[in-house]
Amino acid sequence: MLKAENISWKVGNKFLLSETSVDFEAGKFHVVMGANGAGKSTLLKILAGNQKPSTGHVYLNGLQLASINKKGLAQKRAVLSQQYHVTFPISVMDIVLMGRYPYFGQNPQAEDKAICIEAMRTLEVEDLADRDYNSLSGGEAQKVQMSRVLAQIGNTKNGEQKILFLDEPVSHLDLRYQHQLLQVAKSLTQQSITVIAVLHDINLALSFASRILFMKKGAIVHEVTDPYAVSPQIIKEVFDINAQVVQVGSSSKPVIVF
Amino acid sequence: MTLLKTVPYRSIYLVMIVVLLILILLSAGTGAVDLSFVEIIDLVKHRLGFKVSGSINAIHEGLFFGIRLPRTFLCVLVGASLSVSGALMQSLFRNPIVEPGLIGTSAGSALGAAMIIVFGNSLMLHSVSILGELLMPAAAFAGGLVATLLVYYFSASLNKVNISIMILAGIAINAIANGATGFMAYVARDPQARSITFWNLGTLSGANWQAVIIVSFSTVIGFVLALRFAKPLNALQLGDDEAAYLGVNTERMKISIILVNTLLVSVATSMVGIIAFIGLIIPHLLRLLRGSDNRYLIIGSALLGAIIMILTDMICRVIIAPAEMPIGIITAFVGAPVFLWLLFRFKNNREGGFYA
Repeated sequence: MLKAENISWKVGNKFLLSETSVDFEAGKFHVVMGANGAGKSTLLKILAGNQKPSTGHVYLNGLQLASINKKGLAQKRAVLSQQYHVTFPISVMDIVLMGRYPYFGQNPQAEDKAICIEAMRTLEVEDLADRDYNSLSGGEAQKVQMSRVLAQIGNTKNGEQKILFLDEPVSHLDLRYQHQLLQVAKSLTQQSITVIAVLHDINLALSFASRILFMKKGAIVHEVTDPYAVSPQIIKEVFDINAQVVQVGSSSKPVIVF
Repeated sequence: MTLLKTVPYRSIYLVMIVVLLILILLSAGTGAVDLSFVEIIDLVKHRLGFKVSGSINAIHEGLFFGIRLPRTFLCVLVGASLSVSGALMQSLFRNPIVEPGLIGTSAGSALGAAMIIVFGNSLMLHSVSILGELLMPAAAFAGGLVATLLVYYFSASLNKVNISIMILAGIAINAIANGATGFMAYVARDPQARSITFWNLGTLSGANWQAVIIVSFSTVIGFVLALRFAKPLNALQLGDDEAAYLGVNTERMKISIILVNTLLVSVATSMVGIIAFIGLIIPHLLRLLRGSDNRYLIIGSALLGAIIMILTDMICRVIIAPAEMPIGIITAFVGAPVFLWLLFRFKNNREGGFYA
């Protein structure tokens, strides 16, 4: 559904992303991992259409990404980043409603509001609707932003394929919120939504991902679909740290310990 | 903290409109010669061709239609223009202390207009009357646009507006523009020089119908265009990238908003001079009332800006009657302390946002 052909990103003489071709299958949970500065966020930005690659093209359902207008693109993919700072007071409901901006003109329709409330319910933040966004805790704020992104994806009952990008979405959250947020993302894949996430925690990646891409120095160096294929050698190569892969109880996923 | 959290926007607008209408009547009646409400009604009736019971004082009629009314309308338009501009700029820069005076728009417009005051006669354009009248607002627009764009491009790098650079660039551009305007006043012959100096403090005493018509065009066009940007400006509050992800063409929007802002500020400035702080305070009062949705801020700024401007102008006319105070002095004396109060809050509330 999303396909990158020979994309690269160059600043000055330095390649932050060297020529890369990669495919993303619809309805799967793809995770991108790598050390700081490995090019993960750059890759995500190009795939999400917010940065034109120095070379190559990205195709969404066969259409060149650059040829889709901003509003049309906003109806096909949503992006959740790490942290949001808002200067002026704004209610939680108003933030979530922004997710519907690509869909309505001057005023939100009843359907837009219903979708927003549904999204807040999914993240268990519907009680915060009237609160000032700036008064929320970091975890609550991120769940509100996730609700906004869910509202932007909207309902996909007509089988439309959409993409959800997550750029280090849980780095500031506590354990419970991390799992809750990724669980919501995972459940979206059952509605044929494609999730592409940059994560830092290898064990979180192992428990949610259907595929993990490991990046190093601006290139994808390993691609893993079987959790048991993640070896200490890969971890050593990508993160430069010694690790062990262990099996805990009857869990279906291995755990990486350091 | 918002005072009227649950009051519908429309009720707020309605109250403001009523207050504005009352103030328009009051303002038209206040001054060295007081006109009663009844007399004003009679004057309007007379002008519209209705029969009037009492006698009509011809001097009062001339005063009302020739001086008071255009001045009051100019107040409404200028107050609305400057406040909408303040709302646009604060949202665009995502910063509560931005106003047209800070980022060079006003000073650049003033320089453009001052050049016309000094050199306009030698250009012989007054012989072509309509061009001559539009020359000053056009020059102000050019000056304001150049100054604003310079400040913006200095402070915007790597998709992020650097606020400290913006303030420093604003200081530099303001200094250049003010210096050049001062130079104009220095080389000008006496009556011109006096008008430049007076006009640097802002004055509505030169109001006439021509000015009202010209400013009404820029105000109405600017206001309507500004409303179209309300939604994208809301999205921009999450950040440039996020607005783009929500389908906003951020680069095009920014340039468009700077153009709209320059239109609003420069044409108003070319008619009444520099009136500081109105654009800064009005959006903040509105945010304290009911939050920061940009659609509400733009409509509310137009109304509340007009209200505050009329009030301030009335103070100017009454405080040292029969003389009058330049309006810029009052707005500075009231506005600067409010500005300091905002900074004080900012200092104490770093964590929880500006209004927490």
